[in-house]
Amino acid sequence: MSMITPPPEGPSAGAVLDAPPNGAGTLTAVEAAELGLEPTAKPRSLLRRGWEVFAENKLALASLGGVVFMVGFCFIGPLIYSTDQVHVSLAQSLCPPGSGHPLGCDQLGYDLLGRLMTGGQTSLEVGFAAAVVSVLFGTLYGAFAGFVGGPIDAFLMRVVDAGLSIPYIMVLIILSVIFRPSTTIMIFIIAVFYWLGVARLIRGETLTLRTREYVQAVKVIGGRRSRAIIRHIVPNSIGTIIVQGTFAVADSILILAGLGFLGLGVSPPATDWGTMLSNGTNYLQSQQNYWWLIYPAGIAIIVTCISFNFIGDALRDAFETRLQRR
Amino acid sequence: MGGATMTTYLIRRLLQSIIVLFFVTLITLLLVHLVPGGPVVALVGVRATPQQIAYYNHLYGFDQPIWVQYWRWVSQFVQGNFGYSLKNNQSVASEIAQYLPKTLVLVALATVISLVFGIPLGIYQAVKRYTVGDYALTWVSFLGYATPTFFVGLIMIDWFSLKLPIFPSQAPQGTTVGQVLSQPAALVLPVFTFAFVEYALWSRYMRSSVMDNLVQDYVRTARAKGASERQVLWGHVFRNSLITIVTLIGLSIPTLVAGAIFVEVVFNYPGMGLAFYNAAQNVDFQTLMGFTVIATVATIVGNLAADVGYAMLDPRVRY
Repeated sequence: MSMITPPPEGPSAGAVLDAPPNGAGTLTAVEAAELGLEPTAKPRSLLRRGWEVFAENKLALASLGGVVFMVGFCFIGPLIYSTDQVHVSLAQSLCPPGSGHPLGCDQLGYDLLGRLMTGGQTSLEVGFAAAVVSVLFGTLYGAFAGFVGGPIDAFLMRVVDAGLSIPYIMVLIILSVIFRPSTTIMIFIIAVFYWLGVARLIRGETLTLRTREYVQAVKVIGGRRSRAIIRHIVPNSIGTIIVQGTFAVADSILILAGLGFLGLGVSPPATDWGTMLSNGTNYLQSQQNYWWLIYPAGIAIIVTCISFNFIGDALRDAFETRLQRR
Repeated sequence: MGGATMTTYLIRRLLQSIIVLFFVTLITLLLVHLVPGGPVVALVGVRATPQQIAYYNHLYGFDQPIWVQYWRWVSQFVQGNFGYSLKNNQSVASEIAQYLPKTLVLVALATVISLVFGIPLGIYQAVKRYTVGDYALTWVSFLGYATPTFFVGLIMIDWFSLKLPIFPSQAPQGTTVGQVLSQPAALVLPVFTFAFVEYALWSRYMRSSVMDNLVQDYVRTARAKGASERQVLWGHVFRNSLITIVTLIGLSIPTLVAGAIFVEVVFNYPGMGLAFYNAAQNVDFQTLMGFTVIATVATIVGNLAADVGYAMLDPRVRY
């Protein structure tokens, strides 16, 4: 999981800019701009250029399709294929896939295809929300620490170090035992750890950004710190932020699945993909092969997470190449 | 690198680690006080009378100010008294002595196997980058990232124990390491499940590390001197890339802890992870806290070892 992303991974924007020019005599676009020369073409927006590089990547486009499909399946699917996911019907318990129940039923008689949609809603909601919360908080925290520097930065970063030194899964388990989580609590339980890695990364980015002239200029003209952070530091780290956010969704879904598997997920009748797998495990070893209790939920997790990972990877390429080929 | 700077660096890192440990232990203790009704209710149950709760609160010192409790807990901890699990009627230290060696066996076997596959295949990917072989292996490692560890375990059981009855679906049972190791067939599935998840990590890092090194000046120098590709790769790039991996192993302890918990639960492997899971099911906070602090100390030591190891292996690093 990307929680142990090491610092040397991936050249930062600063490293690429500080690199020596490719050949003597030729100016890169960056240097030309610094010297005040006219750019040859009208500059396109960062997101636009990012999208163009992203769109060249077939795998990334397919992954984007995968995510759109999973979201549609979980949120629009129940409108087309509506099932009762609240009332237990033991007569239907463990019925095999067939007419009426394309993916069979689980031990309590819930239709599994419908359950996959309901569970997916929880998994995707928690994944997205935990990613947004942790990336937002981590970005502001890291940008603030890196920007102010000095003893405050040192203290804030020791807090992050302390958090990252606790094996996160153990504290997540303890928190789940204490709180018996609902969906909302689950989001914060996951975010409470995930923001740490984001904060460390953005702080590193801020350290290179804060020495730039346009950030210094804010200070010179008497602008507040918050202005420099929100108007300059954060927008210039947007590439890193988006990439981290993408990985955060995949990781949060995996963490939720893990907690669900340990029986610490959301409470019934609500469910998530991990809880579904946990229930299915009890029937794996019985005489009859109840494959439909295991594979659909597992494959749903894999498809979703692998898509987000590929998208994150492609986005990283997209945001890095922006510096080399504009 | 001078000896003095290294010593100063070590001392500074040690002091930082102590501060980190202070934060962590404090957070862990505060966590337990977050339990609705307080830690004693978790212990004696919600139906206990107020008198009973007050009695146990006094007995365990939960009525003392938090800093008194903290001091007592930490000073006991330093003396090797990690608490007493009332649910298991056993001291946490003896639980650790019983379960930790077996978990270490599992982690060590899986790590060695995953490195044996991950390092060469990562190098292969970097050398043959953007070829069919590289893409295929990239898919394998992305699958390793995106598949929950426990699902890998379930697939292993379904395929190699139920559909093809080759290996037992349950890990070896036993109280000692010797008993566990005496049943190698039962070890295969848990070890390979764990190894697959770790493989994804190592091969990916090895690939990017080798790719970074291949464009360094020293590689150009070696080629200019007439070194063969084989010499360049194994004599120069491989050794430099290993530095990254050594560091990473030190940094990956939280990931290994998570892996151990899931693998042990899926295969019913009698180690720390399964004991931790059982403690969570029984709401046994003494065990949960003790294990968490031990794992945290291991993580801090791992981070420290990674930094020091990096400084020793790479003479360019200066402090």
